Amino acid sequence: MSSITNVSRRGFLIGLAGAGAFVLGVRYLPRMVTQHDSPAYPTEADLATLHPNAFVGVNTDGTVFIVAHRSEMGTVIRTTLPLVVADELDADWKRVKIDQAIGDKRYGDQNTDGSHSVRSFYDVMRQAGATARLMLIQAAAARWQVSPSECRTDLHTVVHDATGRRLGYGDLAGAASKLPVPNREEVPIKPKTNWRYIGKGMDSYDLPDICTGRAVYGMDAHVEGMVFASVEHPPVFGGKVKSYDAQAPLQITGVHQTIPIDPFQPPCAFQPLGGVAVIADNTWAAFQGRKKLNVVWDNGSNESYDSDEYKKQLYATARQPCKVVRALGDVDSAFAKGGPIFEAEYYVPLLAHASMEPMVALAEFKDGKVTAWAPTQNPQAAQDIISKELGIPKENVICHITFLGGGFGRKSKPDYVAEAAVLSKKVGRPVKVVWTREDDIKFDYYNAVAGMYMKASLDSKGTPIAWLQRCVFPPITSIYDVNAVYGDPGHLQQGWTDIPYDVPNLRIENGPAKAHVRIGWLRSVANIYHGFAIQTFTDELAHRSGRDPVEYLLKLIGPDRTIDFKGVDYPNYGASLDSYPWETMRLRRVTEMVAEKSGWAKRKLGKGKGIGIAAHRSFLTYVASVVEVEVSDDGTIKIPRVDTVVDAGLVVNPEATRAQFEGAAVFGTSVARSGEITVKNGVIEQSNFSDYPVARINEAPYQTNVYLVDSDAPPAGVGEPGVPPFIPALCNAIFAATGKRVRELPLSRTNLGKSS
Amino acid sequence: MIQLTVNGTERSFDGDPEMPLLWYLRDILGLTGAKFGCGIGLCGACTVHKNGQAVRACITPMSSAAGGQIATIEGIGAQGLHPVQKAWIEINVPQCGYCQPGQMMQAIALLAGTPKPTDQQIDDGMAANICRCGTYQRIRAAIKAAAEERP
Repeated sequence: MSSITNVSRRGFLIGLAGAGAFVLGVRYLPRMVTQHDSPAYPTEADLATLHPNAFVGVNTDGTVFIVAHRSEMGTVIRTTLPLVVADELDADWKRVKIDQAIGDKRYGDQNTDGSHSVRSFYDVMRQAGATARLMLIQAAAARWQVSPSECRTDLHTVVHDATGRRLGYGDLAGAASKLPVPNREEVPIKPKTNWRYIGKGMDSYDLPDICTGRAVYGMDAHVEGMVFASVEHPPVFGGKVKSYDAQAPLQITGVHQTIPIDPFQPPCAFQPLGGVAVIADNTWAAFQGRKKLNVVWDNGSNESYDSDEYKKQLYATARQPCKVVRALGDVDSAFAKGGPIFEAEYYVPLLAHASMEPMVALAEFKDGKVTAWAPTQNPQAAQDIISKELGIPKENVICHITFLGGGFGRKSKPDYVAEAAVLSKKVGRPVKVVWTREDDIKFDYYNAVAGMYMKASLDSKGTPIAWLQRCVFPPITSIYDVNAVYGDPGHLQQGWTDIPYDVPNLRIENGPAKAHVRIGWLRSVANIYHGFAIQTFTDELAHRSGRDPVEYLLKLIGPDRTIDFKGVDYPNYGASLDSYPWETMRLRRVTEMVAEKSGWAKRKLGKGKGIGIAAHRSFLTYVASVVEVEVSDDGTIKIPRVDTVVDAGLVVNPEATRAQFEGAAVFGTSVARSGEITVKNGVIEQSNFSDYPVARINEAPYQTNVYLVDSDAPPAGVGEPGVPPFIPALCNAIFAATGKRVRELPLSRTNLGKSS
Repeated sequence: MIQLTVNGTERSFDGDPEMPLLWYLRDILGLTGAKFGCGIGLCGACTVHKNGQAVRACITPMSSAAGGQIATIEGIGAQGLHPVQKAWIEINVPQCGYCQPGQMMQAIALLAGTPKPTDQQIDDGMAANICRCGTYQRIRAAIKAAAEERP
């Protein structure tokens, strides 16, 4: 989306470099610098007349360019963050052009993952816009020979009220560009009362292009002279090519050649998986040629992986004492005292992302440099892996970010981008690698399979006195360290070590599990299985105690307080606990609100219907959901209504935020109904939407009502937090409707019909 | 030689008659509005019209497209936005948007046969099109809005 132009020396704005992976260890502290540098690949903003930093430019015709440095995969972030810049600049949105950045460390973190784009860059964007605005004011004041303090802005115009004089931004851009870029401390930030766009939001800038088919996704990228590639990957993780037929594919019209790709060197991280590529004139010919490769594989040690056996191992591990990651009071003594004790086990299988656009990337290796066009959430990681694979400096890798046809975390792992670059070097032409849906399902970085064991002892009213929970799952860190078997704090924190319940005796444990496939983060990540276990177990205890599930949940959340994480390795999603404390009041409030909005106490439901509740904090956002379900005699479920209350702090773009929670209910429906990857002899058994179905219009919730809590708390995540409470709320509703308890996902593992 | 009409322009193709229409449109004509999603007709991302009917371009071989009138999202909006496109924009349907050309082509075909669809008819008519972002309730609302626009 950027144009190629010569570079002049530009000023820019520095954020702290990102941590790269999913969990972020830093807050971005914007620092305006007057130092000038040459961006490898300038944006329109860089080339504009006034360009005080990397995110904004103003031309003499009044056009304002705002750089979107995050990836657009449906969250409307390409609109939402620029809207913050536009607000502080007091710009007319109609005169704003969005400029998509390439991967470039000058923007700070670009890994569009972990639901932190607004949180991490809200202050940076405000600073970026406010700096340009101040310079325009200073230029006008100089021209009018008045003090800048006598001037204000009003929608793309600087105004001097005392004399009624006005000058447009375009008229001032030239003079403003000659002024020194002010220091951060000098730049005034708008008070909330003057906000024009923040909190009100705006439609996606890209809506017209998307609705006319003009938007360019990775699948649509095109350069002259490109060829198409399809890659046969090792069916077992870590497998290698023994032999293949290099000639037979050439019988297919349009196939040029076959090319082996080296297997990765463990740990795999984001390296291409290896295999054999077929290069052709068009995608179809490449697909056809692949069928004739007849590859013989050396499957390696993961050939023994069987997901049914693995499940038994997870449960067996969880039944034994594991590593303690948080403890309060004395759970063992409390259990020894007797009283009613309840135990339950829960299971969530491997999950695939199945974004609508399979993995695809176009890359051209030329003169020791790579230019790539990719639907990537993580362009800087694409630069890194291409640089390593090809042995060229990172600066020699240009990675353009196209639109993403969904991402959900899969497209943070740029193995497929590196694949295109490796092939282009071997072919000597631009290569577009197109994964089939089967490739996408079989060669994913799967959300971890998890087994969980829960145990509680209750007092005479059914309130827990002691609570023990153990989780066991192969960790994401196994892609970086083949010996990693325990959950890292960044994933244990996700709805597990931060269980907010007011229980005097609490112990939280984690057991070891070895990975035999690539494990990665998927929308909501570990919160999916942790939230499912905790919120289902809570509902089980409520029913066993004869208590109302909402009242019981509120009782467990307990009195308003800030959770003390002393002695606990709790990263808090990379945010400080000072800025983003874990406040039980906010979880209580969304729970109470959703009970009210859903009419929990008053709902009259017919036979076969039920409602369930769950509440969960993830990515610093507090969410509670009530789901209504209708279960027919044959076990088919319908979801007529979902109510979700969200406290995400300040919400910049409410409409886009509501859409994220509507979508999260559908995503959660897919996980709950049918999300399951199974493995036999190391080979993934699923292949396409036939055996890895996702929710369709007739299966998804009919109506999801989203309510946003009006909050002055700093902005938090919105892309992921909707999924974790939805799934247990649905399962709890199924219990209310049928008396059948779902302890293992997906629902197809439990017979919900009358016949059972 | 296969003859067909794409968005009103006559075309001829002398390649593999088994090549799906989708790859002809995308790789040869450069019409990338119809998307590749599954390759086996299960997701609807590739939906285009053949003689006014919604078809899955990924499983429609060129041999069976011969003589057909093909319309894609690029052709639908060429003379100004179609009421379905307007409704999609008005109701803010898309998230990532990848499936939406297919959704809109399916919706246009649905409305052509069923100008005022009920919820059940929308479910039946749209169930072959997957949206992984989960925009279904807005798709339903947009179809109803587009239906209101039509006489």
